[in-house]
Amino acid sequence: MIDADVHIPNPRLRELLPFLSEHWIEHFSNTLDKGASQQYYPPRSPVTGRGGGLGDLREAVFDRGGAEVAVASCLYAVDSIHNPDAAIALATATNDWQSREWLEREPRLRGSVVVPIQLPAAASEEVERHADRPGFVQVLIPVRTEHPLGSRHYHPLWKTIEQSGLVAAIHFGGAPVMPPTPTGWPSFFLEEYTAMAQVFATQLTSMIVEGVFDACPDLRVVFLESGFTWIPAHLWRMDKEWRNLRRLVPWVRRPPSDYFREHVRVGIQPLDAPPVPAQLLEVVEQLGSDDLLLFASDYPHVHACDAGERLLPLLPATLQRKIRDENARSLYRLPEGGVP
Amino acid sequence: MTVTPFEPTTDASALPLAGIEPERPPIIDCDFHNELDSIKDLYPYLSRRWTDHLETFGVRHPNSGYYPRFMDNREAARPPSGRRAGSEVGFAREDYLEPYNVTHAIMNPLTAVSSTLDLELGAAMAAAVNDWQIAEWLEPEPRMRASVVVTPQDPVAAAAEIRRCGADGRFVQVLFLGRMQEPMGRRRYWPIYEACVETGMQVASHAFSAYGHPITGAGHPSYYIEDHTSPPQAVQANITSMVVEGVFDRFPSLRMISVENGFAWLPALMWRLDAAWSLLRDEVRHLDRLPSEVVAEHVYVTTQPIEEPPRRRDFLTLIEHFGELASHILIASDYPHWDGDNPDVILPSGLDEELVKGIQFGNARALYGL
Repeated sequence: MIDADVHIPNPRLRELLPFLSEHWIEHFSNTLDKGASQQYYPPRSPVTGRGGGLGDLREAVFDRGGAEVAVASCLYAVDSIHNPDAAIALATATNDWQSREWLEREPRLRGSVVVPIQLPAAASEEVERHADRPGFVQVLIPVRTEHPLGSRHYHPLWKTIEQSGLVAAIHFGGAPVMPPTPTGWPSFFLEEYTAMAQVFATQLTSMIVEGVFDACPDLRVVFLESGFTWIPAHLWRMDKEWRNLRRLVPWVRRPPSDYFREHVRVGIQPLDAPPVPAQLLEVVEQLGSDDLLLFASDYPHVHACDAGERLLPLLPATLQRKIRDENARSLYRLPEGGVP
Repeated sequence: MTVTPFEPTTDASALPLAGIEPERPPIIDCDFHNELDSIKDLYPYLSRRWTDHLETFGVRHPNSGYYPRFMDNREAARPPSGRRAGSEVGFAREDYLEPYNVTHAIMNPLTAVSSTLDLELGAAMAAAVNDWQIAEWLEPEPRMRASVVVTPQDPVAAAAEIRRCGADGRFVQVLFLGRMQEPMGRRRYWPIYEACVETGMQVASHAFSAYGHPITGAGHPSYYIEDHTSPPQAVQANITSMVVEGVFDRFPSLRMISVENGFAWLPALMWRLDAAWSLLRDEVRHLDRLPSEVVAEHVYVTTQPIEEPPRRRDFLTLIEHFGELASHILIASDYPHWDGDNPDVILPSGLDEELVKGIQFGNARALYGL
């Protein structure tokens, strides 16, 4: 079994100091700058991960969870930092810290390259720096970005990620300065949390219609902590729009749902399930492919229900196996059988 | 202009459908667009101060949602006079209402009003649009019902305008556009909902527009196809806001109608809201029941642009996922826009007959009390 979404807790600034230059050590020691202090979750909410150490992760994900391999990401919000030099320095330090303190110490753990997504050229350099580094299998991109991910701003970054062979993991969260909905700032985190599925939907539209997958035919994307029960309705809408308006985006030569099924994979957490199990099966079937879903625990984040426990027993054995193992193995190009 | 109450006719032979044997099912169209040929159509309803302003300055908007449309209204719907399609009630009657057996049409005029930055001008234009609707649409055509146009970012003026129009009796709802300055549940808008409840009106959220923010939660997209695909995301944020802020607890008789956003996303939104609430309910202790229950009581959806799954059975499954909430689905044509749905053929075949009758007619009649 492969767990496609577990989390390394945010590093404390002092843990990053060994990986920073003299300049930044002096800066962080003598100013009020505390690094990426923003979080994608309210600091004390039930969904916010309580950072345990490697021992806790080992116990929960591998020993109790039964994962053979787990793909980890660190949601350190370097995208919230306006100072570009600080954002770059902290992204680099976070990656070196992840590598040294987590990935090198636990060979069953695979990592995600943290990038300053607000600076696409610097993000590309960071991807190149880690492309061949053992342990890293994907690039972490928060779903809330300053520009939609299909925008020309990001095309060189997509090309770099495609050529690096890494997966692009688009994850819940992000800290651009604009509101999280098209209709302004909501009062409550519950609303922002709910709206995150709609941000995934607009990013999917954007990447497909702005030609990312036409420019990068080998690009592989995974949505993490996006939920998936919203996807069939969005595919129907996108396909209808494409039939009517494709002459405005002539490079999109196939229905958007084709691009989605070819290039995008989705973690099963959070489940956002209908009240009736039979309806959940219908939604899974409406996704239109058995290759899409990946088992994801989202350790140590808490969700409304355990997606694996609730979803997998409903499914036929072959699909269970694909979701537990084969789909992730294929996405991350992990060798067959005993990994590592 | 002072609004005087509309007296419904009691003479059956004077009703539009008297003596006509309908060949098509009766339709209540929940999204009909009455259009201005130009802003000058409003001049008879504006004071000199504002016609002068429009002549010498024009209207300012935040300009955050400039995605030029693919094409204008359907050319076939243009009246012989050459004015814009949808700008003449007589031609709309002949071209659309009669042939399609539309017994009532809910008018949603999409004008410059709701995103006008100058709030005095906005209030004057809102009143002018509403007076234009009474004089040039409601008076000549008894099938018409209207939405009150307001400037929601000035809730006090908006509430006064709602009460003024409420005296007429043919205004059935207040029109918000989809992308507002703040989500629709925020307290600033509550005076508007108070006026809705007082006058027996509902509130509608119609697709598109923008008020200063990017039109997605991740910035400004590049192409019109993205603008045209994204209205469901905005209305979901507005529904979420109205439910989570407790608008419907404070105003239990209020209904919210999603217009021109499609409708297939609603079950998944309810599932996600319930999951989010079970996880985060401590943040919103005033919300003491499942959000889906509030949605099921208060939210309605119009069909257009209707989702068209490649397999018909997916549509049937979608309707099953609505369950009892299928009684909140309303047909809408979007006449005379290029992307409209033909209201009597757009529903796939094979649906339950009673369900279809409800979507085409009964659900809207019950909602609006027609």
